[in-house]
Amino acid sequence: MTAQTASNTVPAPAAAKAYLSVNNVEVIYDHVILVLKGVSLDVPEGKIVALLGANGAGKSTTLKAISTLLHGERGEITKGSVEFRGERVDRLTPNELVKRGMVQVMEGRHCFGHLTVEENLLTGAYTRDIPRGELKASLELVYHYFPRLKMRRSAQAGYTSGGEQQMTAIGRALMAKPAMILLDEPSMGLAPQIVEEIFEIVHDLNVREKVSFLLAEQNTMVALRYADLGYILENGRVVMEGEARELSANEDVKEFYLGLSTSGRKSFRDVKHYRRRKRWLA
Amino acid sequence: MQFFFEVLIAGLLSGVMYSLVALGYVLIYKASGVFNFAQGAMVFFAALTAVGLHDLGLSLWVAVPLTMAVMVVLGLVTERIVLRPLVAQPEITLFMATIGLSFFIEGLAQAIWGANVRGLDLGIDDVPLEWLLDHANMAISQFDLIAAAIAAAMVAALAIFFSKTKIGRALRAVADDHQAALSVGIPLHHVWGVVWAVAGFVALVSGLLWGARNGVQFSLTFLALKALPVLILGGFTSVPGAIVGGLIIGASEKLAEVFLGPYVGGGIDGWFPYVLALLFLLVRPEGLFGEKIIRRI
Repeated sequence: MTAQTASNTVPAPAAAKAYLSVNNVEVIYDHVILVLKGVSLDVPEGKIVALLGANGAGKSTTLKAISTLLHGERGEITKGSVEFRGERVDRLTPNELVKRGMVQVMEGRHCFGHLTVEENLLTGAYTRDIPRGELKASLELVYHYFPRLKMRRSAQAGYTSGGEQQMTAIGRALMAKPAMILLDEPSMGLAPQIVEEIFEIVHDLNVREKVSFLLAEQNTMVALRYADLGYILENGRVVMEGEARELSANEDVKEFYLGLSTSGRKSFRDVKHYRRRKRWLA
Repeated sequence: MQFFFEVLIAGLLSGVMYSLVALGYVLIYKASGVFNFAQGAMVFFAALTAVGLHDLGLSLWVAVPLTMAVMVVLGLVTERIVLRPLVAQPEITLFMATIGLSFFIEGLAQAIWGANVRGLDLGIDDVPLEWLLDHANMAISQFDLIAAAIAAAMVAALAIFFSKTKIGRALRAVADDHQAALSVGIPLHHVWGVVWAVAGFVALVSGLLWGARNGVQFSLTFLALKALPVLILGGFTSVPGAIVGGLIIGASEKLAEVFLGPYVGGGIDGWFPYVLALLFLLVRPEGLFGEKIIRRI
């Protein structure tokens, strides 16, 4: 009865209002290592935003700063703020943040290896106090998007394939009924075909479930194809931002991140020089 | 043959008592990856507190629930002031912390209640069950049977708790991967608090049963050491493993003492379980029911 009225008053998950803004965030690890040097970015409601950059550029750190998982890794936000749906969230615990509709899917998937796939999914609903029927419905929703997980539901997650683990991790996040998912390196270690499959599902979730995504990716080509907007990080700073389409058309991005170039092969020394100059101009 | 069975059953029943102690370890190890060396001290503390309150004139029906509350508080406080500041430290650091904790709890118990041996009468007589004596001519202690029944009930309850409830699932999730558990919104401290409280409860039950049997005294803390072979046999992470391990250890030490003992001069039940555990380690390091170490290649 109560469940019914609740679903009537809140038709779509509060996703419609999702809005994340990161303002000039600085992150220091272990009190000495400056990793983010003032990162600002916005995720508009209902969009997929890609956070791009090389190894060590600060993509994962940015996501963890937003999801407040930094504390467990001896990192801390020393400047700036993070706002989610108009509320300052950088002092919250991960638990409070999940309750407000933001979940992170960590890099390297991090499934609970000894739990079955289904149990993994169920832990995702920890923060929701819902009756059994509603829980079942959420589970079915996840199985609808990831039919493969339904087949593997009683397998121990530790024994499933990398792709299935990534799906489990995303499905688990979905169980929290989030308005926004922070997706860290979903393509890591997966075959191109599986990567494609996972991005298709991300796209579906974005369109049909109205979930906003901020995804960190090294696979620039795939990420820009599915994203609406993109930010490029270098050494803990945003060096470029814009519409995904513009970014993938940008000569510099093509050169540095997509490995495409109109002017043929260049010697490595030229590239380095060019890149260095460009970076400071950007 | 009849004598053999009598020894076997007595062994199994005392094994159940070992299982109870081992359970406390399994709970905490499962959820936080900490080998809680202080479990033996907690058993001692619980038993001494219950008896102490009883000796003050409270009936057992009041003293035991009161002790229960004390153990829950002790568990929560331990989590708060000992383990929480050590989050994300190496396991060995946590282990050392629990060693320190065990000395503290032992000292605290004796500072409050004194170091005298106290008797505890739960109202269950340690006499052979007459029915069995009449019909099968076997002497099986009534006390042992009731203790075994209590242990069985607790194990069943815990097994259901771990596999069917939300908080039980969260406990296992936390045991697998702290960071991931955090990322889906499971509050670690809350979960750890629950675990320590449940471990406190288990300590109380085993403390009462062992205390009623051997008297409440400092040697209860050595139960901790008796639980080790049980854990090695059964696996550190498995509730059923703790039970089966306890049964094997209990039965084998009694049988060894009775049937092998005479050849080597007796007194082998003290060390036989450790030898058994050592042999077992060579064959199956994760224990009978321990979680297999999952490694993807």
